Formats: sequence, C-alpha cells, structure tokens
Amino acid sequence: MAYSDKVLDHYNNPRNVGSLDKNKASVGTGVVGAPECGDVMKLQIEVQGDRIVDAKFKTFGCGSAIASSSLATEWLKGKTVDEALEIKNTQIVEELSLPPVKIHCSVLAEDAIKSAIADFKSKNGAADSTKKAS
Amino acid sequence: MKSPVYLDYQATTPVDPRVLDTMLPFFRENFGNAASRSHSFGWKAEEAVEQARADIAALIGADAKEIVFTSGSTEGINLALKGVAEMYAEKGKHIITSQAEHKAVLDTCKHLEKQGYEVTYLKPDKEARHSAEQVAAALRPDTILVALMWVNNEVGSVNPIREIGKLCHERGVLFFTDATQAVGKVPVDVQADGVDLLCLSSHKIYGPKGVGALYVRRRNPRVRLVAQIDGGGHERGMRSGTLNVPGIVGLGKACAIAREELASEAARCIELRERLHKRITSALDHVHLNGSAVHRLPGNLNLSFAFVEGESLLMGLKDIAVSSGSACTSASLEPSHVLRSMDVGDDLAHSSIRFGIGRFTTEEDVDYAADQVIGAVRRLREMSPLYEMVKDGVDLSTVNWQGGH
Ligand SMILES: Cc1ncc(COP(=O)(O)O)c(C=O)c1O
Repeated sequence: MAYSDKVLDHYNNPRNVGSLDKNKASVGTGVVGAPECGDVMKLQIEVQGDRIVDAKFKTFGCGSAIASSSLATEWLKGKTVDEALEIKNTQIVEELSLPPVKIHCSVLAEDAIKSAIADFKSKNGAADSTKKAS
Repeated sequence: MKSPVYLDYQATTPVDPRVLDTMLPFFRENFGNAASRSHSFGWKAEEAVEQARADIAALIGADAKEIVFTSGSTEGINLALKGVAEMYAEKGKHIITSQAEHKAVLDTCKHLEKQGYEVTYLKPDKEARHSAEQVAAALRPDTILVALMWVNNEVGSVNPIREIGKLCHERGVLFFTDATQAVGKVPVDVQADGVDLLCLSSHKIYGPKGVGALYVRRRNPRVRLVAQIDGGGHERGMRSGTLNVPGIVGLGKACAIAREELASEAARCIELRERLHKRITSALDHVHLNGSAVHRLPGNLNLSFAFVEGESLLMGLKDIAVSSGSACTSASLEPSHVLRSMDVGDDLAHSSIRFGIGRFTTEEDVDYAADQVIGAVRRLREMSPLYEMVKDGVDLSTVNWQGGH
C-alpha cells in the first residue's frame, strides 16, 4: 500500500507521543477502539481555563491510525474545548490524504477527541458537585 | 548484502540461475512445439518435456505417466477438486477440507457447494494441524474426497500426511494434498504417504512462475478426472493446451536440484530460522510463535508481536521484505483466516509477521532482519497504549473497550 508523505512523516516523526497524569483534574483521557479490531487510541488533553495547553497520544494501529492521532494532538494544542469539538474526521482524511479503507482511522481519532473532552468535562462537573458532599 | 533483504520465500522464490540456464535454449533455438511429431524441433521439445516429467516424478516418488502439467497450483487445485467431484458425483457429493487451506482450495470448494456438493471445513488445532482421527470422524458413506494441505503457507505447519493418506486408503476415499509449500522442502513420497492427487508449483521451488504439475495416481486406485480445459487433448486429455516448454524445463531442473539438495537446504534453513527466532526473542518480550515448533516448514517463521499492529510494523521494516497476517495489508479489515481458524486471537493475529527463509538467505540477512524488527517493535511499543497498560499491570482481557470497528 502506498502512503501519503504526510502519513509517512507522522509515522516516522510522531508528534506528542506520551502520557499525561490521568488522575489530574485538568487532564481528560479518551481511549477508543479495541485490540481485536487492530486499533486502539489513547488521547489526552490538559486544559487550563477553557484552553487546551497540552495533548498527548499513544496508538496501537496501522500507520494511518498513528498519523491520525498524531495530527489530532497537533491540532488540539492551543484550541479551546469548544473549538476542539469542531474537529471533524473529514478534515483529517483531507489533511493526510487517507484512502477509503483508512477512513475508519480518522473516525477513531475524532471519537478519541470527543471522548477525552467528555472525560475532562465529567471530571470537572463531578469535582464541582462532589465538593460539598465530602 | 542486498537491500531490501528478501524474506518472503513462501510468497515466491527467485529463479535459481541453474534453472534459468537450462531454460534459455528453449526460448531460442529449441523453440519447438512438444506436440509437433513431424520434425526435430518438436522432438527436441518433447524430449525435454519428458525429461522434466521424469525429474518431477522422481522428486515425489511418482511415475512420470502420473504427472500432468498445469499453470501452477491454483489450476492444479481446480482440476483436482472439480475434476474428481464431477467424475465421482454418482458415488457421493461430500468433500472434507480445512478452514486453514489456501484460498484456491476454499474458493473452489465454495464453487462446488453452489453446484450441490457438501463440504466439511475441519477446524485445525492451535498449531494449524489436523489429525487422522479428526478426518476419520468426519468421513461419511458419501465422502468422495479429502483435501488437506501438506504445509500451510502462512504458519508453516506440516500435517501428518502419511497417517491421513493411510486412513483414506483404508476407507476407499480419494486423498488430494496441496503440496505447494512442501515439495522440494520436506520429503514427499506419494507411494509411502498414500497420496492420490498432489499439486505443486514451480515458483515456490526456484523455478519460473506460471507452471506447475498435478500428480494423478494411476494404480491402487486409478484416479480419473473430468478435464476442466478442453481442446487438443494434451496431457492424456486431462489438460489441453500447448505445453509451456521453457517453463516445464525450468520446473524439471528445479525439481532435480531440490532432490539433490533437499536435506542440506532444510538443515540450513532450520539453522537460520532458529537464529532469527532466538535473536528476536532474546531482545523482546511478548513474542508468540504461530504454528508448531516441531512440525514446521524449515524456512518459515511466523511471529506475533503483542501490542504492536502488523501493518505499522511492516511500515517500520522498509528494508526487509516480509508479509503480515494483519487486516490492513489486504483491502479487507479481517485478519488472516488461517490465524483465525487456529484461535490465535484477533489481537495477536493483527500483529503477526511471516518471515520466509530460503536458498539464498544468509546469516547476515537474518541478523539484519532481527535488528530491524527489534528496533521497530521497541519504537512502536513506546507508542502503544496497550503495552503501557500491560506494564502498569492491567489485564487487557478485563478492559471494556469502546467503539470497536
Ligand atoms: C499453499 C498454496 N496453495 C496454492 C498456491 C497457489 O499457487 P500458484 O501461485 O502456483 O497458483 C499457493 C501460492 O500462493 C500456496 O502457497
């Protein structure tokens, strides 16, 4: 299979590989996919105020899955949470020139973004409501 | 050392220079049609074809009259399965085969099912092998044919052919084996092994592509086939068409060489295979061997690297030519049907790599490949959320995965 130069670049020089402390209230973690399907993405964001100041990923999957998540972390940094929710898988497909059989990789990356943001929101929502109870 | 290093000998092999030298005159001065009876061009071609037929027969313990030339194993499989099914339809319409067979067998069986035949697809054991007992349990009064491969092309497992052949003969059922990966690599003797039909392919044994042979037993029992290609009645009516003389000459030479060198080459391939396996497993944890450690094709090593996906691994192995059982290498998103049938687990199936070692593989090649694999797996595991979870003590089987595809 032929890969686009951008996929190869992200595969060879992935941006923002690593992990953030998932127990911190300012960190949202999303893990999507399943090993038996051949791809699992973990995507994390760190939020200050309403802005994403850091993003990290780890991905088990094909080169296009690695590139999609690497690209996602690049795009997330500096965006507000609301802006991040606007990222669409089709933008990833376009940027990386993914062929039809690889579109699911971009869908997974969008799911990972949404899941990380949901985790961040529920943590902070939950932190507010449980403060009084304890 | 040439780069990339070729380690895909189960996909195809380079033509041995000795084979090519034998073929060349049959493109040039000896270009005759082996069926031309009226002049020396034809006689020379026929003589060369008959020499090749004898060399092929000698390699597998057959009589030269039992060899039918084909375009390769796909055709041999089609002729054997369809030819037997049609010829013996009145005796019965049940065929036994395996889930781990090559697509050429599986798809031909699917075709026969549409024509009203019934096919039992035996599930292999965890090493991709079948026992004679398992075959015996599946036999029925209307079973006309058992079709089981000698050596599996993906994981290199060797079936107990002699035991299965003995069973089939005792029960009066024909036995066909796809020996594409076996002939020239492991000892094959159609008499002692009780085989009735066997296909082989030139391009897997250092001969040219597009030529092969089907062995069809002539005595005890005499096997009859309905031809699938009609025409001038070549090959005793079993396969019409002007013979591919240079290809056949090449296949014959390849068989003659294989007969001489089989034992020493097998020993060398096993040594290189073990060297590669040891190097990799001494540097990496969580590496699984797919197939059998004992009943194995000398030149095949199939490994799964847990927590790393096969296609991404192949991308990191640019300088070695190997193949993967992973989903993504084919257009479908399914992992290899062979690994699935063995219950390897889809996660490990996605991370499998087949290393094929052969006649021209060197120690240097193998060491280089091992280094490349170790580097790529380490790098990808650094990037793998699964490896991180396992290192943190998470049991992946207890995780509730979200949003799988
Ligand atoms: C086990 C097995 N059977 C059949 C085939 C098909 O052989 P051919 O390429 O000669 O048609 C192959 C090769 O791909 C094979 O490995």
